[in-house]
Amino acid sequence: MYRETQIISDGTKSPPSGGDLEGVGDLVINVGPQHPSTHGVLHLVITLSGETIKNVEPHLGYIHRSIEKMCESLSYRQFIYVTSRMDYLSSHINNHGCALCVEKGLQIEIPPRAKVIRVLMDELTRLASHQLWWGAMAMDVGALTPFFHAFREREMINDIMEETCGARLTMNYMVPGGVMFDLHPNFQKRVKEFIELFKSKIDEYDELVTDNIIFQNRMKGVGYLSKEDAISYGCTGPTARGSGVSCDIRKLYPYEVYIEVQFDEIIETGGDCFARYLVRLKELRQSLSIVEQLIDNIPEGDFQAKTKAVLKLPKGEFYSRVETARGEFGVYIVSEGGTTPYRIKFRSPGFSNLSALNHMAKGYKIGDLVAIMGTLDLVIPDIDR
Amino acid sequence: MSDLQNINGEFENVSPTGGELEGAFPGSVHPTASGGILVTKLDEVINWARSNSLWPLVFGTSCCAIEMMSTASAKYDWSRFGFEVARATPRQADVIIIAGTIVNKMAPVLKRLYDQMADPKYVIAMGACATSGGPFFYNTYSVVKGADHVIPVDVYIAGCPPRPEALMHALITLQEKIRKGWTREQIKNNNSISNGQ
Amino acid sequence: MSNEELKIKLIELIPSATFEEGNEWMTINIESSNWKTVAQQFRSTAGFEFDYLFCLTCVDWKTHLTMVYHLTSTIHRHTLVVKSKLDRNNPEIETVSDIWRTAEFHEREVYDLFGVKFSHHPDLRRLLLTDDFNGYPLRKDFEDPVNMIKL
Repeated sequence: MYRETQIISDGTKSPPSGGDLEGVGDLVINVGPQHPSTHGVLHLVITLSGETIKNVEPHLGYIHRSIEKMCESLSYRQFIYVTSRMDYLSSHINNHGCALCVEKGLQIEIPPRAKVIRVLMDELTRLASHQLWWGAMAMDVGALTPFFHAFREREMINDIMEETCGARLTMNYMVPGGVMFDLHPNFQKRVKEFIELFKSKIDEYDELVTDNIIFQNRMKGVGYLSKEDAISYGCTGPTARGSGVSCDIRKLYPYEVYIEVQFDEIIETGGDCFARYLVRLKELRQSLSIVEQLIDNIPEGDFQAKTKAVLKLPKGEFYSRVETARGEFGVYIVSEGGTTPYRIKFRSPGFSNLSALNHMAKGYKIGDLVAIMGTLDLVIPDIDR
Repeated sequence: MSDLQNINGEFENVSPTGGELEGAFPGSVHPTASGGILVTKLDEVINWARSNSLWPLVFGTSCCAIEMMSTASAKYDWSRFGFEVARATPRQADVIIIAGTIVNKMAPVLKRLYDQMADPKYVIAMGACATSGGPFFYNTYSVVKGADHVIPVDVYIAGCPPRPEALMHALITLQEKIRKGWTREQIKNNNSISNGQ
Repeated sequence: MSNEELKIKLIELIPSATFEEGNEWMTINIESSNWKTVAQQFRSTAGFEFDYLFCLTCVDWKTHLTMVYHLTSTIHRHTLVVKSKLDRNNPEIETVSDIWRTAEFHEREVYDLFGVKFSHHPDLRRLLLTDDFNGYPLRKDFEDPVNMIKL
């Protein structure tokens, strides 16, 4: 499992990873699984010629928790909360996707108040996820201070979530039929305060990092991904939108109240790291505007539709997709009519985004690899499931 | 006369209410004509120094790592307690905080990291997954049901994920454990001394 | 293209395909032996142009295995689900990783968890589990009394 660091002196030796990638004098090194910049436990085996990357091979499975097998023995109400732990930075959105799939199978109609609450929580989660991405990405590239700025604002969102949902990170709040509890009375006031504060903070983020000449030199022209390759590798989310692919699920296949809300799909055509960075930064502003539009117009009514205590989906298969902070998250349930699913497949965005890493990193230096991984915004438990 | 000097002019670590100051330097200074003399037991001083500067290893596998990052950042700030530098390499770290689930493929990596750390080293198992497998206990084929199957653990934290305050409480508990001499290292060493080895 | 137009074109292209009713998207069942040719036609024929494979998985029905591919076109915005039955004792199918590059990792995962062999795959080995793992966990007859604690 471990590749010992080795220098290839004989060019005719066949490398274990397949293909004739290693020439004479090439160095094979391990990055990870324990490494500050791997965003989790990702093991990369990099073949270098000097300092130039010739091949990057990800070894996965260091956090493979057999979630799909486990879900086959959990009921339809229980399996939703395991997905919080998969992509834990968009935990609401993951739960939302699962709840949508179960509702599609049971053909339940959700009350309008629940729809708006779900979208509000989704967008706040997207904000929190992009904040953490920004802080961690700047830290990887070498700027340590933005990390503290990002977490300071993220704590505000965590406090808002904690008041309503009860938890800071893995908020088990969505149920098939609506949401678990009603909003806390302080919710609107606190969110409005946060919106006012955060608008000036995004400008501060731009000033600190985006306009910084060193940062721009690190990111511009690095890690180019063309539009055809992005589609072929199955990339979604900001990774693909930075290469010009229009793939925002909120626009293409709208769900809940996204069809009534005004927001732009941010597409950049640069294809390099800086384009992907700009997509996420602009998405922060768009999410903020969605929250602003909805916070004053929450309809009254039920927050949960009436459902039976034990849910049984009819025989068949159902697929639902949502837009997480990383891309398209798909839930594919095959049901045989029982109380537990027969087979569940989670189409995780990170899995496909990671498969493009080798293509993107060929020919660049190791420092560029860190920048590329930062803009891919990988969360490894999401990839390994 | 400062607060720490008693009626005879001796320095003592006594709080204003008369009890011993928690976490204070375990020794007292007796003033003499030319300067003070430090009177204390060496073991206690070493334990005090070790507990106040534990450097954690950057080891987060899944969700608990985010709460660990929150504890390290501005709002909850663990560097007030001495955990100033989070080292990436195990050679320079004192305490490994296992934040996240350990799976069968990761267990040898964890063992290797623990072996690479220099003595004295301490282990904190953060969260339900590291304590006992957590939500992944039943019907999983690849999760190690508790990090203590792999390495010996000093402090366990409950929660999924535990709040940053819970992590701080665990770190302070570890500090107290070290000061009182109750960690595995110290018990092992004391036993070997008393057995005459 | 709507589902009906798609159905007509599909019948023209693959006369031997059978259709499943009652699903949200057009679902067809094809033979595993002619999957590669069909896939190439799906990718390149004008009018189809399915260039985005967004989900590749396998389902274990206890008598056989079924491969499921979800395809969509970014140009025409239509979706197709392709299924293919495989023999349980010797599951083999052609790889499509040269047509859709995303299939490389997905097929490795299916090989790892189900044991389906993909012929002409550039690098077929275990992805998520340890290299010396015995068995294929996501199959229904997988037993592991040591690790799996049943509720």
